[in-house]
Amino acid sequence: MTQAAPAATSRRSGPGVLAGPGALTAGTVVVLLAAVYLVGQKDPGLVTQAVVTGLLLGGVYALVSVGLTLIFGVLGIVNFAQGAMLTLAMYIVYTLSVEMGLPVYLATLLAVPVMFVLGMLVQQLLLTRLTISGSHEGPLLVTLGLSLLIGNALLMIYGGRPKSVESPFAGSVEVFGALASYSRLVAFVGAVLVALALTLVLRRTSLGLSIRAVAANARGAELVGVNISRVYALTFGIGSACVAVAGGLITPFTSLTPSVGEQFTILAFVIVVLGGLGSVVGAMVGGLVVGLVQTVGGMYLPGTGSLILVFVLFVLVLFARPQGLYGGRS
Amino acid sequence: MSTAAAPARRAPVAADDPRLKDTWFVRQLAALAVGLVVLALLPFVLSDRAETVAVRTLIFAVMAVGWNLMSGYGGMFSFGHAAFFGIGAYMDAFLLTEHGVSPWISMVLGALLAAAVGVLIAYLCLRYRLAGSYFALATFAFAQMFLLLVQNLEVFHKTEGFNVPILPSDSWAKLQFQQGSPFYFWIPLALLALGVLTTILFARSRSGQFVQAVRDDETAATSLGIPAMRYRLLAVALSCAFTAAAGAYYTQYYLFVGPEQAFGSSVSIEAIVPAVIGGIGTVWGPVIGAAVIGPLSELASSTLRNPPGFLEFLEGTAGLDVALYATILIAIVLFLPKGVFGSVRDRWRR
Repeated sequence: MTQAAPAATSRRSGPGVLAGPGALTAGTVVVLLAAVYLVGQKDPGLVTQAVVTGLLLGGVYALVSVGLTLIFGVLGIVNFAQGAMLTLAMYIVYTLSVEMGLPVYLATLLAVPVMFVLGMLVQQLLLTRLTISGSHEGPLLVTLGLSLLIGNALLMIYGGRPKSVESPFAGSVEVFGALASYSRLVAFVGAVLVALALTLVLRRTSLGLSIRAVAANARGAELVGVNISRVYALTFGIGSACVAVAGGLITPFTSLTPSVGEQFTILAFVIVVLGGLGSVVGAMVGGLVVGLVQTVGGMYLPGTGSLILVFVLFVLVLFARPQGLYGGRS
Repeated sequence: MSTAAAPARRAPVAADDPRLKDTWFVRQLAALAVGLVVLALLPFVLSDRAETVAVRTLIFAVMAVGWNLMSGYGGMFSFGHAAFFGIGAYMDAFLLTEHGVSPWISMVLGALLAAAVGVLIAYLCLRYRLAGSYFALATFAFAQMFLLLVQNLEVFHKTEGFNVPILPSDSWAKLQFQQGSPFYFWIPLALLALGVLTTILFARSRSGQFVQAVRDDETAATSLGIPAMRYRLLAVALSCAFTAAAGAYYTQYYLFVGPEQAFGSSVSIEAIVPAVIGGIGTVWGPVIGAAVIGPLSELASSTLRNPPGFLEFLEGTAGLDVALYATILIAIVLFLPKGVFGSVRDRWRR
C-alpha cells in the first residue's frame, strides 16, 4: 500500500500546514476572477452568474470526488466505477420518486443506505483479495468492468431515453445579484454538509481513526488490531454513500441517461488529482475550482469547450505538482 | 573408465541435449505461420456478415496487440489508447478527404505521429515518476483531451467527423475494394501478423528483455545499468504506432470516422479488454482475447435483435453485449489473472 502513504501524510498534516496551498489556490482563483471581471470583456452580471453557478456545481463535484479520494487514500484503488455508481444512485432515486411517488429528498435518504451496502458488497466480494495482494491493475480493471456493467444494465432496464425528476422546490433565489435555483442551492448545501460531516467522522471518531490508520500503513494498523478488511469495506461503502447523496441531490436538475455519470467520473479524477489523491480537503477545494473553471471558462469556450480548460488544468497540475495541491511529497 | 574423463565427456553431450535447446522463438514463428495461413482462408468460408465481424475483430486485435506491447511488456498501464487510435484514424481521414493522400502513406504518417505523441506523453509521465494508477489516469486524461479538441475544432469538422468518398472502382492506392472483398480481411490480418511478429521479436530482443526487467523491478534494473527511460519509450513508440495503424484501417473500412469512434473512451476499453481476457504480457493473449470478444459481442447484439423465447423480454434493448464482456472482464481478473492464454500455458507447463 505504498500509494496510500502520501494520502495519509496529507490528512495528518494539520490546518496550519494546509494554509499554504489553500491560500495559494484562493489567491490564484481570486486573481483570475478579477482578471475576468476587469479585462474579460464580459458583462459583470454574467460573470457573477457564472461564478455562482460554478460554485454551486463545484459543491456537488466536491462530494463525488470526496468519495473517490477516500477510496483511493485508503484502498489505493482508482475507482473507475464512481460515475457509474452515481448514475445508479440517480436511477434508484428516480425509481423511488417517480415510479413509487416518494418525495425526491426522502428517496435520496433511502438510496444512501442501499448504495452503502452495495459498496461494501463490491469491496468484500470483488476487491478485497486484489487490494490485499497489492495489485495495481486488478482493481482498476474490476472497477472498469463494474462501470461498464452498471451503465449497460441500466441501459437494458431503463432504455437510453433521457428521464427527469421534478424538483419539489420550483423557482430561484437571488445571490449577489445572480440567480440560483432552489434545487441547486439545496444540492450545494447538502453536499458541503455531508463533506464536512465526513471530515468530522474521519478526524474525531474511532472509525475515522482506524480508516486513517489503514491509509497510513495497512500492515501497521492490522498489527495493532484494526480489522482491515472491515475498514476496507466500510470505506468503499462510505465512498458509495457519498455518490448516493450527490446523485440524489442533483437528480432534480439533471436529465438522467445511463451514461450521465461518465462525465462525473472524468471530472472527479481531475478534481482528485488537482487536490491530491487521497486528500479530502483537496477534493473539496478541487471541486469548487473545477466548477468555477467550467462555468467561467464556458463563457469563452461554449459547449464542451470549457471541459478542455478543465483538462488543461489537469495536465498542468499533473506535471507541475503531481502530488496535488494538498498531497504530501511522495 | 577414469573418473576424471567422465565430466569432460558429459559436457558436449549436455550442450546437445534437446531439452536444453531454446525452441521458444521457432515455436512462436511456426504458430504465427500456421495461424496466418488458416486465418487467410477464412474469407472463402465466411458469409459477408460474418466477414464484417471478423474484420472488426481483427482491428481490435491489432489494437490489443499494440496495447500489450506498452502495458503488458512495458508495465505502463495505458487507459487512453484511444488517443493513438484516433490519431491514426483522423490522420487518414483528414489527409485523404482534404488532400487526396493515399491511405498507405497516411497510415505510416499516423503511426509516426502517434509514436511521437505517445513518447512525449509517456516521457512527461515517467519523468515525474507517475506510475501505476497515476499513469493510467494521465493517459486517460490525454485521450479525453484529444476527444474534446477534435469535437471543438473546425478543421476536423467538429462532431460531424469525416466521410471517406466512395470510389466507383477498386483501388489499391486508395485502399478501397468492393464490399465483401477478401482484401478487406487480408490487410488487417497482415497488420495483425506484423504486430504479433513485432511482439515476438521485441520480447526476444535485448531491448524487450530490458523493458521487462524494468517492469518487474525498476530499481534492480536501473542499478544494473539499464537506461530504463529509453527502452520504455521504445515500447511506447511501437505500441502507439500499431494502434494508430489500426485506427487508419478503421477509417478505410467503415469509410467514416467521428470523434467518438476514434477518441471515445470505449475505444480505449476495447484495446484493454481483449488483452486482459487473453492474457497481459503474453504474445498470443491479445489475439485470443479479441477472438473471444469480437464474435461474442456480435452474437449478443444479434440475439437481442431476434431473441429466443425465454429471452423475449430483452427484445430491442441495447447494452447486453457490453454488459456481457464487462462480466467476463471482472471474472477473468478475479479468477484467471493471467488471462485465458496465460493460465492455459501455465497449466500446460506443469
